[in-house]
Amino acid sequence: MTTTEHSRRDFVCAIAGCAAAMAAGGCSDFTHTPFFKKCFRDMRPQQIAVLLADLTQKNKHRFGRDVEITATTSQPGVEFGYALDLSRCVGCRRCVHACVEENNQSRDPQIHWIRVLEMEKQKGIDFAHADPYYEAEEVPREGHFYLPVACQQCENPPCVSSCPVGATWQEPDGITVIDPDWCIGCRCCISACPYGARHFNWAEPEIPAAELNPQMHVIGNRPRPKGVVEKCTFCIQRVRSGRYPACVEACPVGARKFGNLLDPASEIRQVLDTKNVFVLKSELNTRPRFFYFYGD
Amino acid sequence: MRRHLPVLLLLSGIAGLIPVACGKAAGEQSGNFTLGDPATENRTRQEAVSRAAPPPPLSEDTFPCSDCHDPEIPVNREPRPMAMAHDEIPLEHDPENMWCLACHDADARDMLHLAGGRKVPFEESYRLCAQCHGAKFQDWKAGIHGRRTGQWGGEKEILLCANCHSAHSPSFKPIQPELPPLRPETTR
Amino acid sequence: MVQTFQMLGQFARNGLRTMLHGSRLYWLWVIGLSLLVVSGAIAYSSQLSGGLITTSMRDQVSWGFYIGNFTFLVGVAAAAVMLVIPAYVYQWKPIKEIVLLGELLAISAILMCGLFVFVDIGHPERFWHLIPGLGRLNVPSSLLGWDVIALNSYLVLNVVIASYMLIKLFQNKEPNKRFFMPLVWLSIPAAVGIHTVTAFLYNGMAARPFWNSAILTPRFLASAFCSGPAILLILLQLLRKFTTLEIQDAAIRKVAELMAYAMGINLLLLGAEVFKEYYSDTVHLNHMQYMFTGIDGHDAIVPWMWLSVFCSVAAFLLFLVPRTRKNLVTLNLGCVLIYVGVYLEKGMGLVIPGLTPDTLGEIYEYVPSSSEIAISAGIFGIGALAFTFMVKVATPILLGDLRYQRREPASK
Repeated sequence: MTTTEHSRRDFVCAIAGCAAAMAAGGCSDFTHTPFFKKCFRDMRPQQIAVLLADLTQKNKHRFGRDVEITATTSQPGVEFGYALDLSRCVGCRRCVHACVEENNQSRDPQIHWIRVLEMEKQKGIDFAHADPYYEAEEVPREGHFYLPVACQQCENPPCVSSCPVGATWQEPDGITVIDPDWCIGCRCCISACPYGARHFNWAEPEIPAAELNPQMHVIGNRPRPKGVVEKCTFCIQRVRSGRYPACVEACPVGARKFGNLLDPASEIRQVLDTKNVFVLKSELNTRPRFFYFYGD
Repeated sequence: MRRHLPVLLLLSGIAGLIPVACGKAAGEQSGNFTLGDPATENRTRQEAVSRAAPPPPLSEDTFPCSDCHDPEIPVNREPRPMAMAHDEIPLEHDPENMWCLACHDADARDMLHLAGGRKVPFEESYRLCAQCHGAKFQDWKAGIHGRRTGQWGGEKEILLCANCHSAHSPSFKPIQPELPPLRPETTR
Repeated sequence: MVQTFQMLGQFARNGLRTMLHGSRLYWLWVIGLSLLVVSGAIAYSSQLSGGLITTSMRDQVSWGFYIGNFTFLVGVAAAAVMLVIPAYVYQWKPIKEIVLLGELLAISAILMCGLFVFVDIGHPERFWHLIPGLGRLNVPSSLLGWDVIALNSYLVLNVVIASYMLIKLFQNKEPNKRFFMPLVWLSIPAAVGIHTVTAFLYNGMAARPFWNSAILTPRFLASAFCSGPAILLILLQLLRKFTTLEIQDAAIRKVAELMAYAMGINLLLLGAEVFKEYYSDTVHLNHMQYMFTGIDGHDAIVPWMWLSVFCSVAAFLLFLVPRTRKNLVTLNLGCVLIYVGVYLEKGMGLVIPGLTPDTLGEIYEYVPSSSEIAISAGIFGIGALAFTFMVKVATPILLGDLRYQRREPASK
């Protein structure tokens, strides 16, 4: 056997092994969805309809519950923006957990799309000395402030340009999304993101059926398979039907503001017009649509 | 009881979110208010007018005040700690310069009054707060201050100042945080 | 046409026969490597079913041992062919042998590169998403997309050159220079190209200041050029010992001398990086601090990084000083040292400090899991086996012992 045949044989065996292992592992990716389906952004409407039907059935089978999966597109004249009042945030992490429930994140292994960093007032914004693992009887702790970080939905997203297969892209309304059936799991985007906003499914995600959020968006909070990347989508399933993201509503101190940047009367524009905002790591020219300000 | 009242007020405020109609809904004890804000007037078609005051967080056994307060009895306007009733209410809202009658009206017991004397109902208590906390009030009108739920471009549920801040003890008390994330070393 | 098929058939049969015949040492080597491959395959199957959680990688350090090995091997693949440049410039004999063996090493290295990427991604069955036309290759913006094109083109180029050369030699014919030489000349910029693209992949990430330094690409080229030929040097000496292949000492010493200069440049560039970080003393120093002194008690990688510096400097001196360069024992010691030094520097020493501390300042101490080590060893085993088999077939062809016998009635 020549070398090329030898390597080809190894390769085919590897693929066959993959397929066998995945089938044995009960991976349902193979059972209903066609293997050669396109990336979501290349799909025609009838292909999307087939995909939605298939996902609905698959999720019903997996969780034993009826789900409603939409593929609502972006509206013209809408570009989402977000602002967070650092003088208000007390570090209670209600947003983190509201997000987990709303967006069907894996409980084990644990994935959190929002990371709340405790920082010292003396040091200001200093990532080198930030602590996301703070534990306290009560927050806010004396001498500290809190900076929640999630996807910044950058205008100039480095993750989008790094993806070798175009599995992540930015929608017209400013939300950067991921197609979990197209992502190959190379994690280039995680290396490229300056905000630690992207997360990988290192194992099969575990979501208790009773806690499943059945209102889903096909490139939003529908349950993801293992081996793909996920991140905050500004609760695309909510905001495209006009609602606030879950974190905005969960925050007990009203630190989170959200709206349409193109609407001069929106709350987010009010913030930008009347408050002095800043963005994280502005020198990287990512131009986030997530602003921080001090309301007080 | 005195200890728990601020917490109860806070909780009832947060729990007492009631969706608000566009000011046309019947049968709700709400008052229309236009905020008189240029931003709200020059509204695009996308953001509908959505504001009307939710009910204030009053507890049943203390309201209406006129149930107990007899207008015939002369009023003692001397700032002093309460003894017979309302002694459980903490006065932690600038106690050096304010006491009960700074906001509550002695003549019309079911109303509050502004600094100039004009009376306002409890549903418009924000107007009282706005006198001293003008910048906060502007922020609250614009939606920058205070928690809102509902539609980012449409109907929203907003809260009165008193729904989150007890007027008697306004500062936010620290709360217990949720559990921290698991460290990556523990994920196996 | 029939003649061609007969010839190819004989090539294949004889090639296979050559692979399956060897000394006891040869079989020990092959079986040892095969065992590595088997253990790697077993570890990989549990990674496939359970997910990449069997590795030590997590969100904070999302690339690790696999990508570190990949990066190092791209350098080896590039260097193997870059050796062609001095070979032609200095008119070495035997030039053909050096070129061919370099090509075979490059093929093995690229094969391993591909395998390391394959085992690192979450959905290896979706590799077809990378194929333009069938999938959706995101060029020009994605450097990883360019890397896929560059590496695959390089692999095809080398396979074509090596096969063509071997088959022509097998038939005792001269290669058609008009077809062959352009390919050889093309392989040189291709070699530089694959390594530059891989460097750009890291370099372009503004989120990772340790990588986002313009000096990264020249460092890659320098470290590739100084370490890649090390394997070839050892191999050439083995071939000289066990076969009738003739290679002059002068050629070997010249390669070692060039490696010394390349290592000198590499050390200079490293020194420049160290100066810039320590003197400017910005927050970005923390990556280099993590490498060389550790932070807050997190220092698992520190001894390895110092080992790398020690090996690199020692190898540099061994190759630089003529006496130690002439002495074959110290020369070969230098080869091993340079390999270890650059492997540590370019593999783990590039990937891990780049990701530690992470973008939000967190330190997660990454140490490869046993599963990762087993799988990586298995892949090195596959590469070594591929290289062994190819060299086993190529050597008799180069020496003229294996030739096409035109069959008149029956074959010998």
